[in-house]
Amino acid sequence: MEPTTFIWPFTIGLLFISCFLVIIVGIWISSLSRIDKSRIWHNIFTRKSLESLREIFMESLLHRKIFRKNAVLGYMHMSLAFGWFLLIVVGHIDACNHFQSLSVPAYKAIFFRFYISEAATTLSGKILAASMDLLLVFVLSGVMLAYFKRLNSRLFGMKKTTQLKIGDRIALSSLWLIFPLRFLAESVSAGIHHNGSIISQPTGNMLATLLPIHLFEMPLWWAYSGSLALFFMAMPVSRYMHIPVEVVLIFLRNYGIRVKKRISGFSRIQVYSCSRCGICLDSCQMNHAAIKDTQSVYVLKHIRNRNITDEKLFNCLLCGRCQPDCPVGLELNDLRITQRIESTKEYNSSYEYLKNGKVAVSPQTEVIYFAGCMTHLTPAILKSMKEIFALAKVKYWFMDEDKTACCGRPLMQVGQYEAAKKLIEHNRERILASGAKKLVVSCPICYKVFNEDYALPGIKVQHHSEYLLELMAENRLPIHKLPMRVVYHDPCELGRGSGIYHQPRLLLDEYTELVPMKNEKEASYCCGGSLANIKIQMNERNQIRDNVLDEYLGYQPDILATACPLCKKTFAKSNKLPVHDIAEVIYMAIQQKNISIAGEIKDEKVPKVEFWR
Amino acid sequence: MKDFGYTVIKQRTIDYDQFDGRLLNEVLQMEPSFKVCLSCGGCTATCSANDLVSFNVRRMNLLLRRGETVELESEIKKCMLCGKCMLVCPRGINIRNVIMLIKKSILKYNPVKS
Repeated sequence: MEPTTFIWPFTIGLLFISCFLVIIVGIWISSLSRIDKSRIWHNIFTRKSLESLREIFMESLLHRKIFRKNAVLGYMHMSLAFGWFLLIVVGHIDACNHFQSLSVPAYKAIFFRFYISEAATTLSGKILAASMDLLLVFVLSGVMLAYFKRLNSRLFGMKKTTQLKIGDRIALSSLWLIFPLRFLAESVSAGIHHNGSIISQPTGNMLATLLPIHLFEMPLWWAYSGSLALFFMAMPVSRYMHIPVEVVLIFLRNYGIRVKKRISGFSRIQVYSCSRCGICLDSCQMNHAAIKDTQSVYVLKHIRNRNITDEKLFNCLLCGRCQPDCPVGLELNDLRITQRIESTKEYNSSYEYLKNGKVAVSPQTEVIYFAGCMTHLTPAILKSMKEIFALAKVKYWFMDEDKTACCGRPLMQVGQYEAAKKLIEHNRERILASGAKKLVVSCPICYKVFNEDYALPGIKVQHHSEYLLELMAENRLPIHKLPMRVVYHDPCELGRGSGIYHQPRLLLDEYTELVPMKNEKEASYCCGGSLANIKIQMNERNQIRDNVLDEYLGYQPDILATACPLCKKTFAKSNKLPVHDIAEVIYMAIQQKNISIAGEIKDEKVPKVEFWR
Repeated sequence: MKDFGYTVIKQRTIDYDQFDGRLLNEVLQMEPSFKVCLSCGGCTATCSANDLVSFNVRRMNLLLRRGETVELESEIKKCMLCGKCMLVCPRGINIRNVIMLIKKSILKYNPVKS
């Protein structure tokens, strides 16, 4: 059969989306920094491109990460993505095989069954036709699951599914129509021209006995072409932009390009790569406080549509729980921070008063101890650290004992990078002037910024859990096992933020009976006290905290240990469970040991040592 | 102005006819928890910035309510946003948001005259 007019909607749609993609990706890439552009040139002809292709196959087509989350959800995504991809590829091979040519126009492959007047006669043709039928059924099974997911998302391991906007609805409806229409069109053609294969032929024959199918043939092919066109047309305003853009993202990411502290082409690429699958929704703890519109998926949507409000942008704990869950591997926290920088860039402070020199002059020292603002509100941690330093005979300079500027991290979390730079500069000069080799920090918030943004050559920055472990390994701390069950709460900035999971656990394992939990390490909770959220109200913070504590109480611990003064302060307010920092636990154990030794000598009942509050 | 028989120093007068409540209204609307401040001073006592320079959250509240925007602007810049004040606040006021809102609103209603 000769080309007919019904191919035009599809052809125009395909041309439109191809041009659109070339232009928009071109704009994004041209707006990258010169370093990033040179990264592309240096890596494009290396193994990294092949690795990217492999990643595209594993993630964009097979959706391995979603499979890990839930098998049914993974199957749904795989059947649609991989199935459709194979339909296109095998369809082209089928058409090339039939027409004995390597340059078959796209419409002839897509509407192949319309152009052949009889069933395949050669063996290769038969196999290809049969596989096309099977592939279509494979995709249709995914479409069925997608229908079903809208009715009941719990079956797919998801408590929530995303809210859609109009562009998404049009694209989603047309996507759901494409494959059933294709199946019907091919079956009806098979019923009339007997050109079907193992599934379309019997379906066509059955339809032929029931209905006057020759009336439906052309309308069905038109509808199929039209639904494809509609999908292509709606794509730029829908979440399905993620299909082509994710491919670009994977290449650029493997070339070493990352989200910077300003909005760039790459951050736009990341935002467009969000498929709004909604997998990030379930892990978000804001749900516990009934805040349901500020999750990463919605914020990325608003950033993309350029209608983000401060109320949504800043209503996030930046705990990073959603990040490991994202099947596209988006840098969700950094994208949000980039947007926060943009939103607050006009009112960064300059902190002129720091130059007036009210702070103490740095003495020469080997070890600096920086407790952090929050630690000053938890004197128990301060006292424990001081005692431990004395016990291990460490000479140190307590840098922020009096009159010291904040580390700058709280400013950075709300996007005030320029202001934070002033504090960083000020503190950095003081640290370097001391000639220290080691900087021990008690607060994970400070730890992260000292580690990543301070540029302290020759100075080892350590969280006190690392430092105490080192002292223990050097036999400078007495070891005594406390007979108590302990659950350990990973602070966000120390765990997911800095990758320190093991050191606190090794310590606690040595000094107490550490109970493992389900939601720990990468999946650990936020205490709810995060400084990154400036919009959340105190009662909402408390809800988040209580939810976490209720789960911890299920492990029947004697105490809750943590390694962050802010987490301690947040949890301690609830009075449900005694909360102690790691430094306190260790100092407690050492004290207990001293008492029990004294007790043995005097042969008296060993007095029980209470933790101070 | 009616003469009550005592002198009024011009610089120390707050003219409520000239009062511009937009800043105050916006801050209170966006962060209603600030309404319940009882001026206990806990925030100021613990403030890291106050260690280094005179910075007083209670004073900031007063300046905001009096509409003394120029002074408020130079005052608000001192905050380092460390968040200690929020932990000690007996009323659970979201002070960091108040600071950020004031910074943003000053820019919106009284663009900085350099």
